[in-house]
Amino acid sequence: MSHDHGHHKETFITKYIFSLDHKMIAKQYLISGLLMGIVGVVLSLFFRMQIAWPEESFEVFKIFLGDNFAPDGVMRNDIYLALVTIHGTIMVFFVLTAGLSGTFSNLLIPLQIGARDMASGFMNMLSFWLFFVSCIIMICSLFVESGPASAGWTIYPPLSALPQAIPGSGLGMTLWLASMAIFIASSLMGSLNYVVTVINMRTKGMTMTRLPLTVWAFFVTAIIGIVSFPVLFSAALLLIFDRSFGTSFFLSDIFIQGEVLHYQGGSPVLFEHLFWFLGHPEVYIVLLPALGITSEIIATNARKPIFGYRAMIASILAIAFLSTIVWGHHMFVSGMNPFLGSVFTFTTLLIAIPSAVKAFNYITTLWKGNLQMNPAMLFSIGLVSTFISGGLTGIILGDSTLDINVHDTYFVVAHFHLVMGISALYGFFAGVYHWFPKMFGRMMNKNLGYVHFWVTAICAYGVFFPMHFIGMAGLPRRYYTNSAFPLFDELADVNVLITVFAIVGAAFQIVFFWNFFYSIFYGKKASQNPWKSNTLEWTTPVEHIHGNWPGEIPEVHRWPYDYSKPGHDEDFVPQVVPMKDGEEQLHH
Amino acid sequence: MTSFLVFIILVLVGIAVWQLTKIFDLTQIGGIAEDSEIANDKDNSVNGYLMFAFVGFIYVFTIYSLYAWGDLVLGTPASEHGTDYDNLMYISLAIIFFVQTITQFLLHYFAFKYRGKEGQKALYFADNNKLEAIWTIIPVIVLAGLIMYGLYTWNNIMFVDEEDKQDAIVIELYAKQFGWEARYAGDDKTLGKANVRLIEGVNTLGVDLADPAAQDDKVVTELHLPVGKKVIFKMRSQDVLHSAYMPHFRVQMNCVPGMITQFAFTPTVTTADMRADQAIMAKVDKINKIRTEKSKKLVAEGSTALDPYTFDYLLLCNKICGASHYNMQMKIVVDTPEDFKAWLAEKPTLAQQWKEANAPAPAASEVAPTSVDSTKVVAQVIK
Repeated sequence: MSHDHGHHKETFITKYIFSLDHKMIAKQYLISGLLMGIVGVVLSLFFRMQIAWPEESFEVFKIFLGDNFAPDGVMRNDIYLALVTIHGTIMVFFVLTAGLSGTFSNLLIPLQIGARDMASGFMNMLSFWLFFVSCIIMICSLFVESGPASAGWTIYPPLSALPQAIPGSGLGMTLWLASMAIFIASSLMGSLNYVVTVINMRTKGMTMTRLPLTVWAFFVTAIIGIVSFPVLFSAALLLIFDRSFGTSFFLSDIFIQGEVLHYQGGSPVLFEHLFWFLGHPEVYIVLLPALGITSEIIATNARKPIFGYRAMIASILAIAFLSTIVWGHHMFVSGMNPFLGSVFTFTTLLIAIPSAVKAFNYITTLWKGNLQMNPAMLFSIGLVSTFISGGLTGIILGDSTLDINVHDTYFVVAHFHLVMGISALYGFFAGVYHWFPKMFGRMMNKNLGYVHFWVTAICAYGVFFPMHFIGMAGLPRRYYTNSAFPLFDELADVNVLITVFAIVGAAFQIVFFWNFFYSIFYGKKASQNPWKSNTLEWTTPVEHIHGNWPGEIPEVHRWPYDYSKPGHDEDFVPQVVPMKDGEEQLHH
Repeated sequence: MTSFLVFIILVLVGIAVWQLTKIFDLTQIGGIAEDSEIANDKDNSVNGYLMFAFVGFIYVFTIYSLYAWGDLVLGTPASEHGTDYDNLMYISLAIIFFVQTITQFLLHYFAFKYRGKEGQKALYFADNNKLEAIWTIIPVIVLAGLIMYGLYTWNNIMFVDEEDKQDAIVIELYAKQFGWEARYAGDDKTLGKANVRLIEGVNTLGVDLADPAAQDDKVVTELHLPVGKKVIFKMRSQDVLHSAYMPHFRVQMNCVPGMITQFAFTPTVTTADMRADQAIMAKVDKINKIRTEKSKKLVAEGSTALDPYTFDYLLLCNKICGASHYNMQMKIVVDTPEDFKAWLAEKPTLAQQWKEANAPAPAASEVAPTSVDSTKVVAQVIK
């Protein structure tokens, strides 16, 4: 990779569309992720409206869902399930996996380790365009006449395998599977690239224990992805076989719509195992990059070293390892052997230990800091807050005994939305505010950022905190309406409140989108290192060039968290500054 | 109407954003002009105070929620293990509540206390093994306790002792889109063999009627249980995954096509006693008030009023199973042992029902000249 970069002629197409440059690919991921995010959030508002005001007619449904999905503006019951399914799929995979990891791994790995680009620029481009194709297919599935996939984002067969069971399991499900298969290929290419780049392309002096925690998080996330995504791929493949070629991997003894189907000997529980072998690590694929981003932003804005750097790395590794052996906690009541349930309870509750270490380390990093309350910092502190609130209820859900009665209720919805949904989204926002100057050479408006954060913070709690209560009242998730049970009549008001918070919260995301797109073109010009940060990306020029640094790649002399170090005039010491004589070295 | 409302909301949101940015703008006076998109002392101060206010918001919201919605949670458990379940739940909730209160306070208080000021220097504090050991070991101890308590309870619930089996009654729960049926094993405590391939006519569960064990099996659509007796449920599904969820008993188990799953428990409170429970009575009153209000509206619109609500135990489907998943339920009645015996005795066995339905009755030709297609009958039942 030593031949000269930055000198070959670029056309519009090679620069903006089929770009090999990791910075451009990061921006492509970011914008696609944000656009998918709009779709995912709008879908959730639709089904929240249906839950709050069941079977009422809405003009917006007439416009967006049409006569087929919402006759006279009243949402069909299977379309409700379709919206829930696609909302989950889009948010988990397209926004928080590809959008988050794709953007920041691509942007930051080469810049923060001191590399000219990713190990394979071509594979990186291919990864993005496969992702783009999978986005298009997923969006197309929304327009299928029989409806998009409707079996929940976990697509458990037989429901997902049999069009007789729900219309969405016809063409909609086929498109879902096709989209996800392509998505997984894209994700694997990206992950392989990240791992290879981090291992091989660090600049001189950049030892593993001098890597910023962002890079550690992206690196470990990529490894988890490589380990677990292929298993989902195999599950999807076997499901395609069951659906189209008459095999019986997941199906057995089925009698539906007056006829016995030929399937025999398969097991839906096998699918659950395969799905959650990815599905659980996926939670950490979503969350770890957000935590990495938070570590970096909290240290920079607290003007303090991240507390317990090695403990942070150790907990990332511990979480990554444990995340691959806890999938069974999604299946305590699936009918698997209760003894397995005991094992999974044990491993699951162990995850609380590294998570607690991380939370306490963040709090200690704030202690006696000099906190610069930039919007990115607010979102990072917000992340720690929702990570604690949402993570703590994991102690209940990870306990097989307690899971019995709250499994698949709104309690679960509250838990995972706070701990991985909102937290990861906060990490995403924090990253965008923080690295916007690096990506676009301009600043985002901070006051709009403050408004965005505070309204979002209140609405996020307003939406998900009450769900704990309706969950403990025994309200199952994925119910089209709760009016079939007089028992749940007293929960109706809470559901209205939740929906109102959701609508207000979502409406205020417009502030972010306005700020984002406006600032790309008209934001204030950024200086080279606006946040006075130590890491290498801020030593590159504001104007993007192919190959990142105009001259030699800088050499690294210290770890990235020398903030407010005694003996230095400034409150930050970039990694490229050589050690002074007799200066104490923290990490080698 | 809705479009007008949406319009109003959008306008209000717009005004709110404008006003809020104004407030933040006002704090900028005297700030440095050139790099004004970076937080200055005023921003740090305003947002620091807001952080402190936010922990107040979390506390107030939590207290309000407990006050306003605390009574929504399920009341007295109606099963033997339900008490153990609730104890474990309360202990876990207490720990969570305690940790949440303290950590959220520290996080937001530090964010407020150490808000940035020009000229202030942060403490260079990168490591402290003692501190980190403390907050590794404390969670280890707490979690070890929770894990042991949890697993002890789990084993008690999930594994049925041999001697309990002797005394228990065996019931099959049968799930299909979108309803439930139950099959009582009868005196031999053995369910007759069954397979979906044998579904025909009244034999909606596909029971093998040639099996001697099946002769005394009874199929019903309303579940009755005797109080104080262990019930072993065997779950089956005929089409997709379902989940048998009985929240009042703290019971849930998936129904999986192609396999039989199991859950056993002992109901401890009869339906009649539960209806007399203070908390349940208050709940029923509250729900009926809501229903009367709704009925008034419905009647004014020309629709029929809602039935008043009386408490009943319920079996719900809690695994997404299709379009009408939201309305897949069965009533559960917990009887005194005598009432239960009397109720069950009245029910015909499946074998009797089958004989009646398939008897060469001369009346059949009068009603239906062509022979009845059994699959169509089943399709009707399923619908």
